[in-house]
Amino acid sequence: MAALTEEQTLLKEQAKTWARDEAPVAKFRETRDSGTETGFDKGVWTAMGEMGWPGILIPEDQGGVAMGHLTFGVVLEELGRQLTASPLLASAGIGATAILLGGNKTQQGEWLPGLADGSRIVTLAIDEAPRHAPLQTTMEAKAKGDSFVLNGSKVHVAEGLSADAFVVATRTSGQPGSEEGLSLFLVPADQEGLSRKGLITADSRGYANLDFSNVEVPQSALLGDLDQGNSILERTLDCGRAYLAAEMLGVAAQSFDMTLDYLKNRVQFGQPIGSFQALGHRASMLYTEMEMTRSCVEAALQALDDGNEKAAELCSLSKCKAGKFLHHMSNELIQMHGGIGMTDEFDAGLYLKRARALEFALGNEAFHRDRFATLRGF
Amino acid sequence: MADNKEELEAFRGEAKAWLAENFPSSLAGQASAVLRAESVDRSNPDLDVWIDRLGEKGWGTPTWPAEYGGGGLSQLQAQIVNQEMDAIGAFNPLTITAGMGITMVGPTILEYGTEDQKKRHIPKICKGRTFWSLGYSEPNAGSDLASLQCRAEDKGDHWLLNGQKTWTSGADISDWCGVLVRTDMDVAKRDGISFIMIDMKQSEIETRPIRLIAGASPFCETFFNDAKARKDDMLGDLNAGWTVGKRLLQHERQSQTGASAGGGGGTKSSLQGIAEKYVGLDSQGKLADSDLRSRLADHMMEASSHKLTIARIVAESRGNAKVSAAASILKNAASTVTQNRAELLLEIMGHQGLGWEGDDFSAEELATVRTWLSGKAISIYGGSFEVQNNIIAKNILGLPENTQRG
Ligand SMILES: Cc1cc2nc3c(=O)[nH]c(=O)nc-3n(C[C@H](O)[C@H](O)[C@H](O)COP(=O)(O)OP(=O)(O)OC[C@H]3O[C@@H](n4cnc5c(N)ncnc54)[C@H](O)[C@@H]3O)c2cc1C
Repeated sequence: MAALTEEQTLLKEQAKTWARDEAPVAKFRETRDSGTETGFDKGVWTAMGEMGWPGILIPEDQGGVAMGHLTFGVVLEELGRQLTASPLLASAGIGATAILLGGNKTQQGEWLPGLADGSRIVTLAIDEAPRHAPLQTTMEAKAKGDSFVLNGSKVHVAEGLSADAFVVATRTSGQPGSEEGLSLFLVPADQEGLSRKGLITADSRGYANLDFSNVEVPQSALLGDLDQGNSILERTLDCGRAYLAAEMLGVAAQSFDMTLDYLKNRVQFGQPIGSFQALGHRASMLYTEMEMTRSCVEAALQALDDGNEKAAELCSLSKCKAGKFLHHMSNELIQMHGGIGMTDEFDAGLYLKRARALEFALGNEAFHRDRFATLRGF
Repeated sequence: MADNKEELEAFRGEAKAWLAENFPSSLAGQASAVLRAESVDRSNPDLDVWIDRLGEKGWGTPTWPAEYGGGGLSQLQAQIVNQEMDAIGAFNPLTITAGMGITMVGPTILEYGTEDQKKRHIPKICKGRTFWSLGYSEPNAGSDLASLQCRAEDKGDHWLLNGQKTWTSGADISDWCGVLVRTDMDVAKRDGISFIMIDMKQSEIETRPIRLIAGASPFCETFFNDAKARKDDMLGDLNAGWTVGKRLLQHERQSQTGASAGGGGGTKSSLQGIAEKYVGLDSQGKLADSDLRSRLADHMMEASSHKLTIARIVAESRGNAKVSAAASILKNAASTVTQNRAELLLEIMGHQGLGWEGDDFSAEELATVRTWLSGKAISIYGGSFEVQNNIIAKNILGLPENTQRG
């Protein structure tokens, strides 16, 4: 496994400094308190565009900077530390990947440049139930002459209110549960018959539920081959899982730092509480877990960059491991802070709420343990 | 108060009859809907009717002496009242509407109070009409409670209080507060503390609600600026507050063991039903997510172990359970089970378990996320998880105390 390159290390530093100074958790709190429906601050997103971050995964001839998955993950980790809200992961990460993997020349030319500079937002509409189960997709797309008619609903779509278009997973044949018969469509958000409704969630981000009522799209909206959408979908989801794991590592790492700081500074019984071994040992164990998680997160992103055949397995590993660590860490963040951790004025609650939303996104720990076992062949 | 079988069965008949006549049926099964964590829902006027009747009968505080307004029942009789309430969906709202009066302050007054203090304070608690809060914690005195700085001066005919408390649950709505104060600055920390009962309805006490991560503001910063307490409202002796205060904490713990909370009425089996609804069953009738299934089973086993331990302690004490260090074991087990349950519920509901507001989420889903968040406090208040473990190590296991006192 390779260490970060000099370029990646520099970008990591840049992202860390920028997030801390320009888009800190206090800014996210402001956005939350203002009740902004989209869940992110426009200025923050524009600034990211100017720095070229939305183009990290996109080839240069489409307006991107083509720096790869690990580089993208490094930025996400630093943004995760400050809970910086933006469509970077959902659009420039997952949306762009779907189009890169499945889009033809026309579709790529139409969408990638806008995704690369952040002027357009495309997000994946996959889940139909509260728990992630991509193969259970039932949303129907029926052929009608030269077009397809979509009916059904998608729930909890990330950045669903601000998206300009959706990559929609549908079933064109086969039974729920089957890999065959899934098809992806690129559907503009203003298509007739498509309506969306924003959700107010504990993590205060911009999710929406989508309703498709006889939404008619031309053949050219098909992303990849008819009935064969699953291979693109699965690779897209894996990239998304690796990105989420990177963000989760950042959220957890910041939670760890806050806790460590508190253990050193909070005095009870005339000594810093970190001197109590009951707490000190737990901090040591969390640190150990964090180091393990980092290895998994970086390995998965690196495998995606290398086109490694083990990438899928590593993506499930990193999503699961990051989920476990973040779950544990977010609970310890509250517990070790005592009463102050329970107050809304302190940031711990924001991290805790974000932690569970990230854990549940694109498959929780149990989902990925199961998938890991399947990929290992047992 | 005879506890032989026949008399107990006769008593069961009486209890049944009284409840049938007095418990308003509109409240049946409404305990969790009415006694919400954030605030009591008083929209149904029958709640007040029920509080009055229960208070009059003394069965809100069933084992307290009848001469001060309690029920005067034995523990076995009280258990019967509980069982008969459970059977018809009735519940005891007084444990909530009296704040910490019933679970903590009352038992301590009964133990340490003067005759006059008992007569003045206990009947009002039994009626469920006086809300008590508890002023222990300060910004720099949490787990290390003995470091508290809030002080009371003897002004001849009254006590004068100055200083700050924090995390005071219900301070803003309380009528009375039990405050730990420093009354002697020149002795060892634990030897200069006293317990004072103070009337909260005075302008020299300021309360500032603090918002919690679950959204509501059930606790406050509390400031005493020349606040006055009656001279005869010190509970226990001057500078004996550490003993009184610790005793009260044992009562608090006892109330948080899960033992006296009506067994968590009606929520135990629903976990299974909710899991079936959100996760579904496979063709063999097993929960479709086998990973979740085994963790759910593990949780239910832990919950059962906790319940069985409570039952065993009650049985071994022959219906006369004493407040003891064992409460620490039960409190830690109870908070682990409760918090784990909330995490599992959230996981079962997936994204729907993370809704905050709005009609896209069911009332049950919205309650789940708030309960999950507010439940994180269970292992912090009343002596944190770690402090309980210190107590177990020292008081039960007899391990030597080192620098890590608690
Ligand atoms: C919802 C809620 C309601 C509350 N209501 C009240 C109330 O009504 N009245 C009142 O007076 N107080 C109340 N409290 C305060 C509560 O009692 C304190 O929060 C608690 O005692 C912990 O103190 P602290 O917050 O200062 O944390 P600290 O004591 O600073 O503890 C921080 C962390 O260090 C750990 N720690 C501390 N000492 C040791 C040790 N020796 N060994 C190992 N670990 C240690 C703690 O367990 C915790 O994890 C409430 C708190 C909450 C969250």
